[in-house]
Amino acid sequence: MEHAPATGHVAIEETTTGLSHRKLLIWAFLASECMFFGSLIATLLVYHGKSLSGPGPKEILDIPVTSVSTFVLLLSSLMMVMAYSAITRGRVKAFRIWIMCTAILGATFLGFQAFEFRHFALEGLTPRTNLFGSTFFTLTGFHGAHVTVGVIWLLSLFGYSFRGDLTRESGLSVDLAALYWHFVDIVWIVIFTVVYLIGVAL
Amino acid sequence: MAALTVPGVLRRPASYTGLWSWVTTVDHKRIGVLYGVTAFIYLLLGGTEAFLMRLQLARPDQSLVSPEAFNQLFTMHGTTMVFLVVMPLGAAFFNFMIPLMIGARDVAFPRLNAFSYWCFLGGSLLLNSSWFLGGAPNAGWFSYANLTSKAFNPGHGIDFWILGLMVLGVASMAAAFNFIVTIVNMRAPGMTLMRMPVFVWMTLVTSFLMILAFPVITVALIELMFDRMFGTNFFNPAAGGQPILWQHLFWLFGHPEVYILILPAMGIVSEILPTFSGKPLFGYPVVVFSGIAIGFLGWAVWSHHMFTVGLGPVANSVFALTTMTIAVPTGVKIFNWIGTLWGGSVRLTTPMLFAIGFIAMFIIGGLSGVMHAAAPSDAQQQDTYFVVAHIHYVLFGGAIFALFGGIYYWFPKVTGHLLGEGLGKLNFWLMIIGMNTAFFPMHFLGLDGMPRRIYTYSGEMGWGLWNFVSTVGVGIVILGVLVFLWNFFSSLRRGRPSGGDPWDGRTLEWSMPSPPPLYNFAAIPRVNSRDAYWEQKRGEVGDPPTNSPRSNSHNEHSSNGPIGRRPQGSYSDVAEAARLSIHLPGLSYFPILVAIGLTLAGFGLIYNLGLLFAGAALAVLSIYGWALEPVSDPAGHPLGH
Repeated sequence: MEHAPATGHVAIEETTTGLSHRKLLIWAFLASECMFFGSLIATLLVYHGKSLSGPGPKEILDIPVTSVSTFVLLLSSLMMVMAYSAITRGRVKAFRIWIMCTAILGATFLGFQAFEFRHFALEGLTPRTNLFGSTFFTLTGFHGAHVTVGVIWLLSLFGYSFRGDLTRESGLSVDLAALYWHFVDIVWIVIFTVVYLIGVAL
Repeated sequence: MAALTVPGVLRRPASYTGLWSWVTTVDHKRIGVLYGVTAFIYLLLGGTEAFLMRLQLARPDQSLVSPEAFNQLFTMHGTTMVFLVVMPLGAAFFNFMIPLMIGARDVAFPRLNAFSYWCFLGGSLLLNSSWFLGGAPNAGWFSYANLTSKAFNPGHGIDFWILGLMVLGVASMAAAFNFIVTIVNMRAPGMTLMRMPVFVWMTLVTSFLMILAFPVITVALIELMFDRMFGTNFFNPAAGGQPILWQHLFWLFGHPEVYILILPAMGIVSEILPTFSGKPLFGYPVVVFSGIAIGFLGWAVWSHHMFTVGLGPVANSVFALTTMTIAVPTGVKIFNWIGTLWGGSVRLTTPMLFAIGFIAMFIIGGLSGVMHAAAPSDAQQQDTYFVVAHIHYVLFGGAIFALFGGIYYWFPKVTGHLLGEGLGKLNFWLMIIGMNTAFFPMHFLGLDGMPRRIYTYSGEMGWGLWNFVSTVGVGIVILGVLVFLWNFFSSLRRGRPSGGDPWDGRTLEWSMPSPPPLYNFAAIPRVNSRDAYWEQKRGEVGDPPTNSPRSNSHNEHSSNGPIGRRPQGSYSDVAEAARLSIHLPGLSYFPILVAIGLTLAGFGLIYNLGLLFAGAALAVLSIYGWALEPVSDPAGHPLGH
């Protein structure tokens, strides 16, 4: 997020590994995030089938609907790749279109999640209902919060592109957002597999 | 006027002197000093809490403090010493020394570094404000479920503990990210990984432990917070929740945390011992790989805190074995330290005494640790004073002794003055006699069955004598700390000038004047070996120092003022940096603003949603300001006034 001006020392200085500081930072951050989501998923798995009252995953999860929202999120990763590709070729206008598509698809995913949460609440599953409710809403809620941060980040990059300082050389700024975005996507694939598919099957 | 108007309302701070220059500083050396001073104040606070408990326990059936107050005291003593003393004292040395030791001008992210400190300060104030806002947390530093559920603990103390630890966790992780990137990516040319000083290595391992362990406690804290604030069921047995889950999550963080506390201490000792033995560290690669091994094994031992929970013989056996395995790399390190002393020309300076004291005390603590590792033996010791004795031998005799050694060792580098050797030795002997008087009798008390965390005991139990001795011991330790403070304040201005290299140092930080200039290195050094500065001084590798251009520039610096003492961060440094075309990272208001926002949001979660949103908004806006602010001032250096 730090835009180095021509005189700034961060972007242009030589580093031991040849990688930029910010690139290393985001990888270390994602490692840390793995432990964060890992702990949340572990809690959910430990409590699988331990709820004393319903509704449980079998009764309430709607695989077809969530499959659509999963597809939307995966598609957004493709858009992100296109946006990054555009900025590294210096095509700022194409970048704006792709990054906006990514953000819109991310927001659509969040819309699905809001719909899902509301639907579950009406069906009688809230975070207070049972262990499944507590673990499910906490895990998917924190994932949704990460997607929200991602959407804000993407929209910020969209905004920066009008300041005229987002050029081919600052592809790194987009790269960092892209790494974060793909990571959040991958976490969702794990959640969809573990919580939804396996959760309903077991 | 070079000050740049930042998008929004703030003008770029441009002053390198005065109070505001400390608030907006991004200089790793100043941030290190801030960490050190703050942590030391918390050491005095945590020590006071300990002394109150010892006074209460000095004789049977006393009522100096109430049972409730006693619960708050032992909870806050543990939390304070772990999160507000040992970790940030380590961070003080990371900050001040790591860039100097690897030949860098600053850390990778100077503003993130400032943010770490302010977040640490905010979190610690949030935690300690509970004393004045209805009572401190009272469920132990581990805060086991269900002691913490709303039903059994309706006050706000636990909420302060949860939110304070979350903010402190943000601070620790931000610092750890910064040091990983700094160490991996900012080493001077020639400083390969296996040429790094052991302290740098241990900082790297510790930083990895932090970024991987703190998310786990964060999740546990979130679950506990949701249980208390929103009525979820994570630790609610009535809905099938298992309080044991808290123990697993807490100790999955908590045991790596133990190594987060001790590895930097081992790093400091590994710097002090070779310097004052006059020979390189014995078995450097083995010491490094042992540290890494401890970092890995630290993840596989957490259930030894839970041997009496009833996990079953298989789990207990596995964790007993993995725990005993940790004794191997630890023992290897101890043999290598002794091997370093062996045949060396040993100088028994104060830092050296503390380092040797560390080895002796850590061996005693390590031996009782192996006793705990045997699950059947631990069943007898669990929750007795025997365990209290163990952790104080490793954390006081271990970590604190090494940190004091580090203070005596690096104080001249930070201030340009030596701490008094006479007072230093008095300090050391008072502390080592005091700690053994305080903590050794706890072994007897524990084996005699005295439980931990009781606020008093009956005279018939026969525990009166050793408890009294223990309290006297704590008094002696406090005398030692007072001697240190006397030494500190008298040496700060009037101590013997140290010059750049008072100890015949081995590592790069000694190659520069004391205190180091704002920009650290006039020219980035080239490293050809381990113990680079020794080799350089002895002319075995590279140029002898008198011929090298960088030593000339150092001589130039040290002739700037009175011998060895230069004002740090002065305008002359800024001018010198400009002359040398060194870009200094710009000062910034935003790190402290983000930290204030997060702390306010913490208070808001406890008291008031409006405050929560105000704090969050301040944090988010400041993050935008931070992101849009150029890293260094493009209009030029701050001398443009």
